[in-house]
Amino acid sequence: MELLLIILIGLLYGAGVYMILRRSMVKLLLGIMFLGTGANVLIFLLGGITKGKPPVIDEAAKMFQDVYADPIPQALILTAIVISFALTAFAIVLLKRVYALVDSDDLDDLNTPEEEDI
Amino acid sequence: MKSPILQSATKYLLPILLLFSFFLLLRGHYYPGGGFVGGLVASIAFVLHSFANGTEATMKILKRKPLSLIPIGLGVSAISVTLPLLFGYPPMTGLWFEEPIPFIGMIGSSLFFDLGVYLVVIGVVLTILFTISLNNLEEKN
Amino acid sequence: MIDNHILGPVFIHLFTAILQLVAWRKTATQRVISAIGSFLGLLVAIRLFTKVYTTGILTLNASNWEAPFGIVFVADLLSSTLVLITSLAGLAVSLFSSTGISRQRMLYGYFPIFHFLVMGLNGAFLTGDIFNLYVWFEVIIISSFVLMTLGGRKTQLEGAVKYMALNILASTFFLTGIGILYGITGSLNMADLSQKIKLVNNQFLLGITSTFFLIGFGIKSAVFPLYYWLPSSYHTPPSAVAATFGGLLTKVGIYAMLRVFSLIFIPDDFTRNLLMVLAVLTIITGCMGALIKLNIRRLFSYLIVCHIGFMIGGIGMFTKVALMGTLFYLFHDILVKTNMFLIAGLIRHKRGTMDMKSLGGLYAQYPKTSLLIAIVLFSLVGIPPLSGFWPKIFLFKEAFTLEYYAFVAALVFGSFVTLFVIARMWSEVFWKDVPANVDIEDKFEPLPLARKILLVLPIGILAAATLFIGLNAEEIVQLVDRISDQLLDTSAYVQAVLGNQNL
Repeated sequence: MELLLIILIGLLYGAGVYMILRRSMVKLLLGIMFLGTGANVLIFLLGGITKGKPPVIDEAAKMFQDVYADPIPQALILTAIVISFALTAFAIVLLKRVYALVDSDDLDDLNTPEEEDI
Repeated sequence: MKSPILQSATKYLLPILLLFSFFLLLRGHYYPGGGFVGGLVASIAFVLHSFANGTEATMKILKRKPLSLIPIGLGVSAISVTLPLLFGYPPMTGLWFEEPIPFIGMIGSSLFFDLGVYLVVIGVVLTILFTISLNNLEEKN
Repeated sequence: MIDNHILGPVFIHLFTAILQLVAWRKTATQRVISAIGSFLGLLVAIRLFTKVYTTGILTLNASNWEAPFGIVFVADLLSSTLVLITSLAGLAVSLFSSTGISRQRMLYGYFPIFHFLVMGLNGAFLTGDIFNLYVWFEVIIISSFVLMTLGGRKTQLEGAVKYMALNILASTFFLTGIGILYGITGSLNMADLSQKIKLVNNQFLLGITSTFFLIGFGIKSAVFPLYYWLPSSYHTPPSAVAATFGGLLTKVGIYAMLRVFSLIFIPDDFTRNLLMVLAVLTIITGCMGALIKLNIRRLFSYLIVCHIGFMIGGIGMFTKVALMGTLFYLFHDILVKTNMFLIAGLIRHKRGTMDMKSLGGLYAQYPKTSLLIAIVLFSLVGIPPLSGFWPKIFLFKEAFTLEYYAFVAALVFGSFVTLFVIARMWSEVFWKDVPANVDIEDKFEPLPLARKILLVLPIGILAAATLFIGLNAEEIVQLVDRISDQLLDTSAYVQAVLGNQNL
């Protein structure tokens, strides 16, 4: 299981970096999403994969009787997912606006000569 | 996309999904669930409705702009976070009513925090989706 | 010592933002709420600072969970000073934006987002948990994305794409670093990490992890090979927004570097030399950029990069005197850089352009404001009694003692180039006559008096703060002396967070 996840993480990071280095805006977006997912899987792996019970303990229990999974990686990943959800949503709206204005998917076209601004 | 099957299915799915999202919100303290997941399920219910009947129909049943949910939700959350300060505890400490309430269970300040998150998530998701889909409509016209 | 009120600056800005969201599209109300909220924030920050200065490090255990398990907030001298300076700069920007931001942008929610940004900054300074630091970073960058794109002009959106892509990449590096660090040590509390990191056998893995943090913070603070996003985006948003970004956002990167490298990864020889090389290259490339730019705000963007190099050099040397220089420069830089962009906005209001070729004659027309601006320019250059001068002495002295002659040369070069470009700007913008073929589009003269005051007063407030730092250098030196002691000997910090049993 660990080996499988390690390969998956490598693939996600590699694909993410490759996509970010492309010139297309859509691929930039995909690259950002891959990198975010890769980081989440990495935290999941490094939190330790156990076959423990879910870390929800019965109210009546007075002490730990079983092996419980570490709840912290879950909290971290949940937070990271929420954040990457917001970032991705923003990135989609932004890139869509830019596409409508520039009318090109090529990141190299984003160099409008200097224009007076506010 | 106006499919009669989807339209009539949505008519029944919308209340069920909303009920389910509320269930997720309430069981959040002790079991998997909570404000964020509940809010997502509730907003998915409205997204489904907008798929079936068009964005304008969804805005009509919502009556108010989803943006107005954000300050309400943030306010509820922020107050429930800072309320413990008045009792001399650090922020975010759970304050609980003594007796459980039937059907809902124990009520504490963390439930109100979750409720705020629930409202904010619905507000944010629907605002983003409406912005994108209304832009698309304008471009088509 | 436990104090439940250290999150005050965060909550005040949160409630200010919520109230402004309630008053959506009522711009007049929002302006008043913003000014009041920023002022209250400043008062709370002053109270926090005096309390920390007199009684020592304060902590808060969120949700009443004990220290290594829950999220802990810590106000030591470094954090509380930065919160104080941020609140001051926030008040100035908030006053300036009430006139300096177009009504269109206010309707799209400029003020609430601005207060979320300041809330994120205060939170990042006060947290004592490394994952929580990441969350505050995200609060900061999401708000800054919105501020950057508000208005939606073409150049602005193009700049925002570059800004967004690289900042998200920085966050991914930071998050990856946190993930590996949690895997190695099983803790996220920074004080706890500083204890557990000593027990780790695999020093090589720790070195790699620290590089992840270095790259993440390096992108955010615009260090040499990673700074390209800054000059290509900071000249696009309105000046009040650029002032917040230029004055505060890159400095959060420096703060995070100071915190992480003093508390968790104590720099070894390799990291120090790497930081010194980066510092020298950052100064030189920043200067080169500043030399060729004729648009005032592009010029300032490169000066930010150049001066980041000074602070990185201080962190690289990592001795007491060098850290004192870095800290002093950090405080000075926040005030001055914020002010520089506000000045650029004021010039734009008076002349309708920011291109040096078509500017001129400001001194003849506005002698009093020009003299006020001169104070700021002089302290940026570092004319002796003003604030930019003192930290450079510390950096020079320590670089000579440790024989980093390349850094000494870079410091001299950086200071000279700063002097040169500022002198050129002064003569082009203020002394030269208005070029003959340029039509002046003065938006400043027709404004009512109250609006004029709102534009000039923030510059005055920040200039007064700069003067205060420069003329009271002895007290500031005592302050940075205590802060650098706390950074080099972290036992007080660890003890305040974890209690006595862990030492």
